[in-house]
Amino acid sequence: MRQSNKIKHRNSDIGELFERATSGERRAVGRLLSIVEGGGAPADQVARLGHPLVGRAHVIGITGPPGAGKSTLVGKLVSEAEKAGKRPAVLAVDPSSPLTGGAILGDRVRIDANNVNTFIRSVATRGHSGGLALSVPGSVRVFDASGFDPVIVETVGVGQVEVDVTATADTTVVVANPGTGDAVQANKAGLLEVADIFVVNKSDHSGANDVRRDLEIMLDLSHATGAEDVAGGRAPIVMTNSLDGDGIAELWTTITEHYEHLVESDRLVGRRSHRLKTEVRSRLLTGLEGMADHLLAQRFEALRRASDESTAPSELSEQLLVELFAGPNVDD
Amino acid sequence: MSEAASSVETESSSDAPLRIVLAKIGFDGHDRGLRVVARILRDAGCEVIYLGLRQTNEDIVSVAEQEDADCIGLSMHNAGHMTLAPKMVEALRAAELDIPVVVGGIIPESDIEPLKKAGVAAILGPGASAEEVGRTVRDVVNARA
Repeated sequence: MRQSNKIKHRNSDIGELFERATSGERRAVGRLLSIVEGGGAPADQVARLGHPLVGRAHVIGITGPPGAGKSTLVGKLVSEAEKAGKRPAVLAVDPSSPLTGGAILGDRVRIDANNVNTFIRSVATRGHSGGLALSVPGSVRVFDASGFDPVIVETVGVGQVEVDVTATADTTVVVANPGTGDAVQANKAGLLEVADIFVVNKSDHSGANDVRRDLEIMLDLSHATGAEDVAGGRAPIVMTNSLDGDGIAELWTTITEHYEHLVESDRLVGRRSHRLKTEVRSRLLTGLEGMADHLLAQRFEALRRASDESTAPSELSEQLLVELFAGPNVDD
Repeated sequence: MSEAASSVETESSSDAPLRIVLAKIGFDGHDRGLRVVARILRDAGCEVIYLGLRQTNEDIVSVAEQEDADCIGLSMHNAGHMTLAPKMVEALRAAELDIPVVVGGIIPESDIEPLKKAGVAAILGPGASAEEVGRTVRDVVNARA
């Protein structure tokens, strides 16, 4: 399933694509996003050209378990944003099959196509480690540089990678719904700790108020233990029904107020510097991984022959680490 | 070490999976087949952007731009293919998008040539195997590149 349609876009046209994207040509934005998803040197060039233009968009992360109603909620939120005169972009992330690399990206089914100013891009996680962590900040950068605001990143909130993705957001919204467990679940560490705003969706279902109560109790405890101060304040809870639109206007207001608060309190600067560090870290890890694989391919067998059977894996990796940082010619 | 660092940069977007938009146009409500095709293409390593029912040509052109699609798959089960498929091809041409359109569904033998003349890249009937679906999509995309 290799294709060559996009190979046409060599480094030389990336500058031109950027000019077209920033002047509002959606097709050029679509192409830039493909280049970012493809990774490598062309994606790095997009990052270089885009970086000086970013910082204007409010980046909103929406996360929560499968079936919580995230996509439908996002569809309603972009309508609110358009009503407010905004030009929103959505990055809707769905998993790739680890076996075939294929994916079914179905978020558009839930998002009303009548929001003509909204740009929606469906993204597959593409399996390879660090891949999502690299391409999501890159895609957000393309949207921001092209003048979209807000930029909404929607992910299924399970696993370390998705928690990384929330590091991309200025405002992280965690969507919960009835039937997701009792108060003990609400107190487990993880996703709930990264929430700036909680949404209890499907507010018409029985049990929605129980979820709200459990979240309130958890937040009371965060207040009591002081965890709330670390997180920067008590996260509000908004009840929504993303099918009929109940509570959506309130959620939009809560999201924009959170952003205004970040700007006024100077906490936005801290968040964005954390975002930068997270992206640099994942790039660094990808680079180091490449070096490790290269070193393994070159040196592992020789090292193994030179050592006896009692040499532990930790000793082998220790030796390789020494070689890695002493340079490749240490044994020659 | 420098060699290792440069090998990190040699990945390119040419390795990207094919991105296929799947949709049904207008009032044709039979989407079971399209959902099966979505799964077939997923298992053939494609990224399927699934739009489902009641799409318009304008919707699909707009989605193709946003998603940087490589191919558009239309499912047709209500005998509207002779009208709707050429209009889809025409809408893409008008938007200057060079993206192949594959039509699947109940297409009588005698309609195949006229559809191809109207610019439809390939037609897949009810008997098409999973292998044939994947190969056809790959072939029509490669033919455009």
